[in-house]
Formats: sequence, structure tokens, C-alpha cells
Amino acid sequence: MRVHAQRVGALTGGLLFPALSMADWTVNMTPGVTGTSNDIFNLHMTIFWICVAIGAVVFGIMFWSIFAHRKSQGAKPANFHENTLVEVLWTLIPLVILIIMAIPATATLIDMYDTTESDIDIKVTGYQWKWQYEYINEDFGYFSNLTTPSDQIRKRQTKGENYLLEVDNPMVIPVGKKVRFLLTANDVIHSWWVPDFGVKKDAIPGFINEAWTRVDKPGTYRGQCTELCGKDHGFMPVVVKAVPEEEYNTWVADQKAAAEKERELTQKDWTMDELMERGEKAYATACAACHQVNGNGVPPAFPALRGSAIATGDMAAHIDVVVNGVSGTAMQAFGGQLNEADLAAIITYERNAWGNNMGDMVTPKEIFDYKNQQ
Amino acid sequence: MYLIFSFAMFLLGGTMAMVIRAELFQPGLQIVQPEFFNQMTTMHGLIMVFGAVMPAFVGLANWMIPLMIGAPDMALPRMNNWSFWLLPCAFLILVSTLFMEGGAPNFGWTFYAPLSTTYGPPSTTFFIFAIHIMGVSSIMGAINVIATVLNMRAPGMTLMKMPMFVWTWLITAFLLIAVMPVLAGVVTMMLMDINFGTSFFNAAGGGDPVLFQHVFWFFGHPEVYIMILPAFGAISQIIPAFSRKRLFGYASMVYATGAIALLSFLVWAHHMFTVGVPVAGQLFFMYATLLIAVPTGVKVFNWVATMFRGALTFEAPMLFAIAFVILFSIGGFSGLMLAIAPADFQYHDTYFVVAHFHYVLVPGAIFGIFASAYFWLPKWTGHMYDETLAKTHFWLSFVGMNLAFFPMHFLGLAGMPRRIPDYALQFADFNMVSSIGAFMFGATQLLFLLIVVKCARGGEKAPAKPWEGAEGLEWEIPSPAPYHTFATPPDVK
Repeated sequence: MRVHAQRVGALTGGLLFPALSMADWTVNMTPGVTGTSNDIFNLHMTIFWICVAIGAVVFGIMFWSIFAHRKSQGAKPANFHENTLVEVLWTLIPLVILIIMAIPATATLIDMYDTTESDIDIKVTGYQWKWQYEYINEDFGYFSNLTTPSDQIRKRQTKGENYLLEVDNPMVIPVGKKVRFLLTANDVIHSWWVPDFGVKKDAIPGFINEAWTRVDKPGTYRGQCTELCGKDHGFMPVVVKAVPEEEYNTWVADQKAAAEKERELTQKDWTMDELMERGEKAYATACAACHQVNGNGVPPAFPALRGSAIATGDMAAHIDVVVNGVSGTAMQAFGGQLNEADLAAIITYERNAWGNNMGDMVTPKEIFDYKNQQ
Repeated sequence: MYLIFSFAMFLLGGTMAMVIRAELFQPGLQIVQPEFFNQMTTMHGLIMVFGAVMPAFVGLANWMIPLMIGAPDMALPRMNNWSFWLLPCAFLILVSTLFMEGGAPNFGWTFYAPLSTTYGPPSTTFFIFAIHIMGVSSIMGAINVIATVLNMRAPGMTLMKMPMFVWTWLITAFLLIAVMPVLAGVVTMMLMDINFGTSFFNAAGGGDPVLFQHVFWFFGHPEVYIMILPAFGAISQIIPAFSRKRLFGYASMVYATGAIALLSFLVWAHHMFTVGVPVAGQLFFMYATLLIAVPTGVKVFNWVATMFRGALTFEAPMLFAIAFVILFSIGGFSGLMLAIAPADFQYHDTYFVVAHFHYVLVPGAIFGIFASAYFWLPKWTGHMYDETLAKTHFWLSFVGMNLAFFPMHFLGLAGMPRRIPDYALQFADFNMVSSIGAFMFGATQLLFLLIVVKCARGGEKAPAKPWEGAEGLEWEIPSPAPYHTFATPPDVK
């Protein structure tokens, strides 16, 4: 059924655009790699062919009328205008077709909602404009940011193969296991979509939505945010790597060790140069989307940091803004998102970059103490 | 007045669509920044829905309903005047937000909270005010239609003898009165959230962002029928006229329209299949949505049966009407596909949806308006329009429209989300095709302006009944229709 449908799809495409049928002119949905996505694909093809059949009959009669009953051909109008039998028939037949359609759709839908008995739970949190993946049973988590360089987007560089669909840290899942996603958001509504899995679910602040998947084929699967979430809605892709189970277990162990190392960084003694270096990198991933790499921001929604009252003012107020955010604005509370080392580095960097020559610094330890006082 | 205003808005909204398609012509950011791109998509949607389509149909109603039911004018002329002049005020406010600090609304025409509340630009309050004024204007227009139709029909014209256009407008007017207050309610809640510290939609304050979507779509779904029912009515006048044969199944057309209107209140959550509605709710909304296909199908079958064994000629109104039936049906088919909830998880918020609603709104509402305009222009101006130019307008619009919107189905199925200013490379080819089609469709509309101006200024004199097969009271008075027709009501048998 699947292969057959694919072939027909390709054929239709070929007929519509005979000279252009090549890979990039995909005209149909892909069947995907999970049971759910295959079910959806089959539903999609069934309803598509039903529509084609109805269309062929209705438009056929219409074109016949247009062709055969032209006045220029001397057609004389008939005078019928009502027929109860016909009218009842064309009410009931569509109704029966719809009921036939609704049955498999209901079965698939109930299966999609069955999130019980999962092997792994991953919490997915949408932020403007990145995803956070937390492996809630393993006690670690991280952010997944777009890595396509701005130069490619602004057309100063040739675009890479996975333009706009590449991230620094993809989600990693093992094959053959039922993975449950718990979706929520930190600011506005986002929507997490991987077409190959047939999984799309809104991530809504204050709510936790559930979805699940079981992937049998290892590979890298790409998707995007599908709910308008502001300026960089088009720049927060979803990348999921499905790997064999042993590889997954090694990866989890590595992640746990790395998380431990991050925590140790807080206790280390930092120099100004080290903080500035780390700060520049951390700023680029966490802050530059809004405040821009050059610190000029996009006022009024995203104020400039260059020469700003916060970045060149009292240190405590600056820490407060970064750690706790500013309620009622787009400024998020980064205290929960970043570790102490990054927070200290970013604050130090903001006070000393782009001509903000404050000359002072804050250490990860101080941030740690600040957070604990709250 | 309404018609001129709505055409001006159509061109403005169209220009914004051109900006969108120009940006999407190639991957990468070239012409506009993402912030401005979002403002364009938002304003394009708002202006087309509230500024172009709705006022155009109100204009048609104001002009044609009195002529069709044998009344001298609308029942409430002062209110009519007021409801019109509110519109330019509302749109002046809305368009002025483009020049405000922070830019115009940038959260999509659906303005989902909290993107439009906590995270909205400062101009959101102006946007809310503009929506309020438009809502007041629409409600007054609707009251006027109802008062006119119910009180001012010529003696002998029973409800079941009214022309279809009058019927569909009567039903539309009730829909308007039912849902515009809901829209006003939801924007008022936004206003409170933004300016007075309430938390209707703010989860941090105990509110519910999903509540916004429920309330919005309770307005939003009937709203799409508000935009299409009057077009159904106009098409039901035009197809019999050029088939020289009575409308097949008049009574079932009336009942189908009523059924669509009633069902439209029961399907709002099919816009929200991915927000996490419980599975029972999901199933209810899926079944209710599929049901709408039945009365809609009845309408399409009736139109085709009307053409069957008629004596057809193909003047511009008929061309637009036939294109309406075919292309609207295609939009209906993709609607049926979207109604299948599991499949909607793949289609939702992709270009497939964009293709779907442009297929029902452009060949639906807009072609319906063009067909009506050509059909009744001789009655309005007293001159025939230039048929050759009008046919050129049709063919260019038809080709451009399909070129612009058909590839969007493919883009959506291949996985391109909507409302993005830039896209991955595999979407490049069809986006280029689509942009070319859109430019073609956009440029063609200037031709319409030319045709209408030319027709108003002169041309072949139009007889009282320029179309051989047309029926109805409006064709029994001279063209152009004199001021205050039917001072003594005509008798309808």
C-alpha cells in the first residue's frame, strides 16, 4: 500500500510537471519512520483518492455540461429544477463515505493518545527561540540552538545542506523504545514537530502536553517549530537523533558526567580573561538573538545593551535582571536556564564589551550565593 | 462607498502579500527582517478579512438587497452611514500602527495569547481598539440587513421566494450578530491583560492561554462562513442566469445554507487539534467537521445540476462563477483532509493549511465578489463593461491564482511550516513558482480597476435586463437603477 501510494504520488507529480520531476519537487507527504506516521500517511492517501474520485465525477458532469450544453451549439434549456430522490441520494452517499473515513481515523487517533507504558520520558520546553530537552529520569538536560551561521542566512555565504535545520545539541533517543514527550513552554506557545515521526504537539506555557513515538530506524530526523512564536519563529528547528540502544546508554553516561563537570565550574577561580572568553560564546547562544551580537538590540522590544543603564550601572541590579528576568517583557529569567559559570561570564562580558568599560567582574561563586539567598 | 473602500483595502492587503512572496522568492533573508515579515503576514490577514472581503459583501448587500426585494432603500439609512464611516476610522488606526515605535501587530491575524498580550508590541492596544470599531460597524451592517429583509419585502414575496443572495445574507447577518460580540469579548480580555493587570490568558497568574484559542475560534469559524455564504448566494444567482435554467433545488439550497451556519458553531476546535484537547473532544470536533461536507456538497451538486442540460454562455460573471465552483471544491477537499484529526497533526500550521484557506477565500470570496461585480455593473452604471478586458482579467487571475496557491499544497506536505520568513533549501523551487504566480495575480487586479473605471465613465448603454437568462426584480427597473426604486411596491406572484 505504502510503496504503491508513493509511486502513484510520484507519478502524479511527474504528470503535472513532466520536465521537472526530480527530488526537490516533492509533492507528497512522506510516510515517515514510525507506526503512527505510516497510519497517518495511509489515511492521507485514502482521503486523497476519495476526494479525487468525487472530484472526477462532479467535475466530469460539469465539463460535460459546459461542453455539450453550450448555447452556441444550439442547446435548449431543459426545465427541471427539483428531484427529491436525487437530492436525498446526494445527501446520504457523502454521509456514508464520511462514516467510512471516520472509522480508521478514530482508531489512529486513539492510538496516538495512548501515552502509557513509556520507556523514556523527555521534557521538551519551548523558549523564544530554542528548545530545552530534559531527560527527567536521568537528571540532566540541555538547550538545542540553531547553528546555521548568520552569514548563510544573510546571503554572504553559500548555504549548507541542512540550512536552517541544524542544531548544536540534537535530542538523542534509542531505537525500538517508546519515548514519551512532555511538552511545555516558558514564554509563548510553540509547537514541536518531527514530520517523520508523525508527532506534532503544541508546547503551551502553564500546561503539559503529552505525545509519544517509537522509532525503529536509526537516523537523524529534522523538523521545525510550527506555532508562530515571534521574531525568530522560523529559526528554531527540531533535530532528533535515533541511535542503537548501547550508543544511547554511553551517551547518557557522558551527559551525566558532563553535567557534573559543569557544576564543578562554579567552584573554580576565574580570571577576567577567562570570563570574557566564555562570556562571548555564551552571549552568542543565549542573548544575541534578541540583543544582537553588537549589543545594539532591536528597540523597543529588545533594548540595546551598549551603554545601557543596566549594563553600565549597579552590579546587583544587572545580576537581578539576568537571573530573574523582567516580568511583563520578553526578558526571560536565565537563572534556571544557564549554569553559574555562564551567567557570571555573560554578565561580565556585557559590562566590558562594545565600549562598556566598567572593568569589574562577577564570579560564578558570587552568582551561586546570590541565587541561594533568594 | 463600501465597494470602493474594500477595493482600496484589497490593493493594500495585496501589496503586503507581494512583500511576503518577494521575501519568500528565495531562501535566505533578502528584503525584509523577520520582525517586519511577521507584521506583514498579520496585517495582510487582518486587512483582507476585515477590510476587503467583509465590507465588499456589505456593499453588495446595501446595493442589491433593496433592488432584489422591491424596497426603496435599506431600512436604516442613518445607521448605514455610521457603520460605513466607522470603517475608515478603524483602518486608519490599524494601518497607523505600522509607523509606531515597535511596529505593527506581529502575532498573526489569529493573535494567539500570550504572544499578543505579554509579548505583544506596544501598538497592540490600538489594534484592539480598531477591532472593536470594526465589530461595531459589522454588527450595525448586519442589523440593517435583517431589518430590511424582514420588513421591507414587496407584497407577495414570501421568505421562500426570496432570491438566494438575500437568503444567504440574512443567514450571514445572524452569524455576524452572534459572533462579533465574542470577538469583542476576546480582545477586551486582551486589553485587560495588557493594561489592567488581569490574567485571563497568563498562566503565571492562573489564566489559560488555551482559553484564548477556544474563544477566538468560536468567533473564527463562523467568521469564515460569514465570508463565504454571501458568495454562495451570488453564485446561485449567476449560474442559473447564464445557464438559462432555474436554480436546481432552491429549497435544499436554503436548508443547506442554514445547516452550514448552525454547524459552524460546533466545529471551532478543529483549528486546535494539536493543542492537547482530550481525545473525546477531538473525536467530537472531527465528526462535526466532517458533517459540514454534507450540506456543502449539496450546494455544489445543485450548481452542477443547474448547469446540466442548460443553455450555457460564458460571459465574465459566468467564468468567475464556474471557477468558483471548481476551485472552491478543491479547497473543500483539502478541508475534508484537514478534518481528519490524525492527518491534521501532519498538516496543521504548514503551507497545506495556507493553500487550503486561500483556495476557499480567493476563488471563493474574491471570485464571488468579482462575479457579482461584473454581473451587476451594468445595473449600477448603466453601461456594459468591456467584455474582452474582463475575460482577460479572468484568465490572468485564474492562472495566477492557481500558480500561486497550488504549489503551497506540496510545500505543506513536504513539511514547510507557515509564517516563516526563511526556509530550508528543499522548499526553494515551489516557493519561487508560488511567488511568480502571486505577482501575476496581484498585477492583474489593476486591470479590474481599469475595467470598472472605464465602465463607469461610459460605454455601450445597458438595457434594463442585460443578461438573457437573469431573473429577479432588480432587472425590471431601468439601468442605472434610479435613486429610491420601488416607491410603490411591485407585486410578486
